[in-house]
Amino acid sequence: MANIGVLIETSDNNEVKKTNFGVITAARGEGGNEIFGLLINGSGLTCKDAVQEYGIGKLVEISADGANLSSNPELQAKALAEAMKHFEINALFGLSSMQGKDILARTAAILNAPLTLDCVGVNLAEDTVTKFHFAGKTFATIKLTGECRICGIRPNAIEAKAGPCEAEVMSFQADVQDSGRMKVKELKKGASERVELTEADIIITGGRPIGSEENFKILHDCAEALGEAAVGASRMAVDSGFAPHDMQVGQTGKTVSPKLYIACGVSGAIQHFAGMKTSKVIVAINKDPDAPIFAKCDYGLVGDMFEVVPALTQALKSDN
Amino acid sequence: MQIYVCIKHVPDTAVNINVVGECGFDESVKFVMNPYDEYAVEEAIQIRKKAGGEVIIVSVGKEAATKTIRSALAVGADRGILVKTDTQFLDSSLTAQALTKVIEQDGSPDMIFTGKQSVDSEGMQIPYRLAAAFDMPVVSDVAALSMGDGNVTVEREIGSGSREVIEMTLPCVVGAIKGLNEPRYANMVGIMKAKKKKLDQIDIADLGLDINAAGTKLTELKPFPERGKGKILQGSPQEMAEELTQLLKNEAKVL
Repeated sequence: MANIGVLIETSDNNEVKKTNFGVITAARGEGGNEIFGLLINGSGLTCKDAVQEYGIGKLVEISADGANLSSNPELQAKALAEAMKHFEINALFGLSSMQGKDILARTAAILNAPLTLDCVGVNLAEDTVTKFHFAGKTFATIKLTGECRICGIRPNAIEAKAGPCEAEVMSFQADVQDSGRMKVKELKKGASERVELTEADIIITGGRPIGSEENFKILHDCAEALGEAAVGASRMAVDSGFAPHDMQVGQTGKTVSPKLYIACGVSGAIQHFAGMKTSKVIVAINKDPDAPIFAKCDYGLVGDMFEVVPALTQALKSDN
Repeated sequence: MQIYVCIKHVPDTAVNINVVGECGFDESVKFVMNPYDEYAVEEAIQIRKKAGGEVIIVSVGKEAATKTIRSALAVGADRGILVKTDTQFLDSSLTAQALTKVIEQDGSPDMIFTGKQSVDSEGMQIPYRLAAAFDMPVVSDVAALSMGDGNVTVEREIGSGSREVIEMTLPCVVGAIKGLNEPRYANMVGIMKAKKKKLDQIDIADLGLDINAAGTKLTELKPFPERGKGKILQGSPQEMAEELTQLLKNEAKVL
């Protein structure tokens, strides 16, 4: 029996993000191992019910004596590495989210452990993971060796399966000192509460024909009608100044695999397709019936997005 | 300021990748500088312009990577070092060790820049491993940077349009993303000058690293299956929208 750790990510209001459940499922594998949930600056009691449903047997609250972990990712990683040593955890899983991949990479560097990020599959018995190379162009299998391995999993890539148990809440005080060499000074919130692209189940994206930043409103309206959907942009739309860089989907932007991807006015350039082709269902809306994207989508709607998208928003609303 | 910029020579994102053998691909396609690394190079050049010093480009790759190093020299970097390997997909930890060794042998970095990740193997960890090796603070996914007196303030993208403002002391490591700056293009003068700039090459075997000690090994690379032509809906925008809603609910079951 091995001790396996799962770094549990919480949302701003201290709830367990539901994307953690797929990670716990992957860490559980075929069973037989002790699964530790590792919480940095989180409340074990608040998180216990959610994570034990998926098989976390021990839930560890990590804190530091005399240091504030929340404003220093370097300290968080040091504390996490110490907790892993203390509990003899030799495999660590976590979300390959913006926050997760940062902490996992810091921890791997401290422990000098092999690390694979953005994995979409895990085979514990064979010590292999699967992930993409060249965004969605090729699919890679990677074998990990070493005494300790760390693996970040793409949000929503692995389906969560319940495996209930009773979690024991524990606490661990790390002996880490703040070197004072780095500090998070401020959090700049985005202009509006956007759903993060890499964590969204549904994404609607605008290409260059969207024409302006203001016109993204039709996509935001549709995203709202779709539920918890994120809005993205093609590289052409970003480079034309219609959307900020962090909304770009593609091989040079964010690589996504939601269950539903709706591309509006996107022709289907190779680098864009590489960033979204692993979506479960792809819908294309484009005025040009010869756009390359129609050859590689599940549903195609030939029409002007300024007519089709508002009609879709309306259809979704009246269906609900 | 002695600024090192670690870059990678990768296939252009506009090309298709054709898998060859168990874990190779047809490398006769066009290669370019890893797109995120362009922002790293530009930022280093801008800092040197104000603070003085030297920008040194370091890369681990095949001999063909000299072309990408020259392209960085053409936009203003001072000199380059290539660590030669025979694989495009070297284990990230080994790559970081190789970069560390040559930088250590070459000088003493005040700053090290990289792109946040390569667009081929997408390891996403080189800046962190370099920082650990040099015992420096590190921030990746950096979209804004301003130099202070002995420190640097960066903005790190954390998703949903939000950013963390982080201050760290020099020396430090920075992982760049798109938006950090507008990379300049090389002009003819720059390209001519670059041909005469120093570009050292060293074989990875001569760095004393154990190549077989890699913690990760690519064992299979295969094309991701393409989907075929989908269902093309007909009718007015309203009719298509209504049909799509029903298909997404009842056929695809994603709503």
